[in-house]
Amino acid sequence: MAPHFGLAEFGFLLRGLQWTMLLTLVAFVGGCTAGLAVALLRTCGHKGVEWIVRVYIGIFQGTPLLLQLFVVYYGLALTGLKLDAFVAVAIGFTVNASAFLGEIWRGAIQAVPLGQTEAAMALGLHYSSRMRDIVLPQAIRISLPATIGYLVQLIKGTSLAAIVGFIELARAGQIVSNQTFQPLLVFGVVGAMYFVLCWPLSWWGSRMEARLALAGQR
Amino acid sequence: MGYTLDFSVVWHAMPTLLWGCVGTLGLALAGMTLAMVIGVAGVAARDSKAAWLRAVVIGFVEIVRNTPFLVQIFFLFFALPLIGLKLNPTATAIIALGVNGGAYAIEIIRGGVQSIHRGQLEAGYALGLHKGQVFRFIVLKPALRAIYPSLTGQFIMLTLTSSICSAVSAYELTSVAQRIESDTFRSFEVYFSVTFLYLAISWLLMLGFAAISYRFFSHPTR
Repeated sequence: MAPHFGLAEFGFLLRGLQWTMLLTLVAFVGGCTAGLAVALLRTCGHKGVEWIVRVYIGIFQGTPLLLQLFVVYYGLALTGLKLDAFVAVAIGFTVNASAFLGEIWRGAIQAVPLGQTEAAMALGLHYSSRMRDIVLPQAIRISLPATIGYLVQLIKGTSLAAIVGFIELARAGQIVSNQTFQPLLVFGVVGAMYFVLCWPLSWWGSRMEARLALAGQR
Repeated sequence: MGYTLDFSVVWHAMPTLLWGCVGTLGLALAGMTLAMVIGVAGVAARDSKAAWLRAVVIGFVEIVRNTPFLVQIFFLFFALPLIGLKLNPTATAIIALGVNGGAYAIEIIRGGVQSIHRGQLEAGYALGLHKGQVFRFIVLKPALRAIYPSLTGQFIMLTLTSSICSAVSAYELTSVAQRIESDTFRSFEVYFSVTFLYLAISWLLMLGFAAISYRFFSHPTR
């Protein structure tokens, strides 16, 4: 007799949700750090470096996230390191996030008017001060809606860890669905959980975008 | 570790993999066609007079855009038979891609329609164009030009998303790769090569779309 979808099953899904959130957090923090480096290299002014970073970004934007995960997952296994499934997928999502966030912030850095950089140079500020004190604070403001949009993408993307076998929300849903034979109810609940996580972020992002657009009109 | 990479398995499986590419493109094309139908119908319903219809469309768009495709395809996989649609995995995948892409298409097409100002139509009529000409030159072409980049970008995204359809074993490149992998145990080699097949597909699509845009949508210079 198969168990019905009850409190125990719901609790199992909630634990999956926790892993989804943790995976998202780790990948987002790691991706922000590496993404900043990608964005700075992409705008550093050295033609060769910029070209290499462009190819790096192009590879991640032109291939499916699922395949990127497979390559990182099995590639890391080949190196002989015995890595936990969580660490392996977290690395995969971090690398992906570095490329996407790097490209978003590249656009934001270039959207800061050139006069700001020129004024900073005229004041004798060197590169690190120019970026830290003048360009990046303005670029972050511009990039915020797109960054939040990517965060939503990332939350949804972590569901692909299920295919590699890591038990986060989507995989937990598969397991419960197989146990209870109530796939519609289970995946409905799982979908609702993702929605509760993503929708406020989407709403916040689009509201900020509208505000920025208004500010730009003035 | 004494593991040596061996890409010869990939080379031997290349014809099968290329057929997988065809499957992926077919899946994406069918999904995108359905997405466009949903998109156009959705835009019409989104601006209809009936408030409940508008609410349904807004709800549909928000739900699809804020849940993972994997969960959507699992849900449809079990939900479609309940409403009497007993389909094979590939057909299920097409519907899932169409529903997912449709939600994004609604937003894109709506933006294009809204980009045409009323004054443009009035100017067209004032110049003596008749209704067909106004629709063709003043509404359709500028609207298409406005949404073309997002729409083609969406198509490429859909092509990449279709790899997730391997989870219900639809016929496409990733599921073909998974079969080769389980036959040969050369996981890394197979997935590494297939990743670059996807890269080739998206580059070719990008080049093709750019050529079409240049031919049909470049602004007249004379």
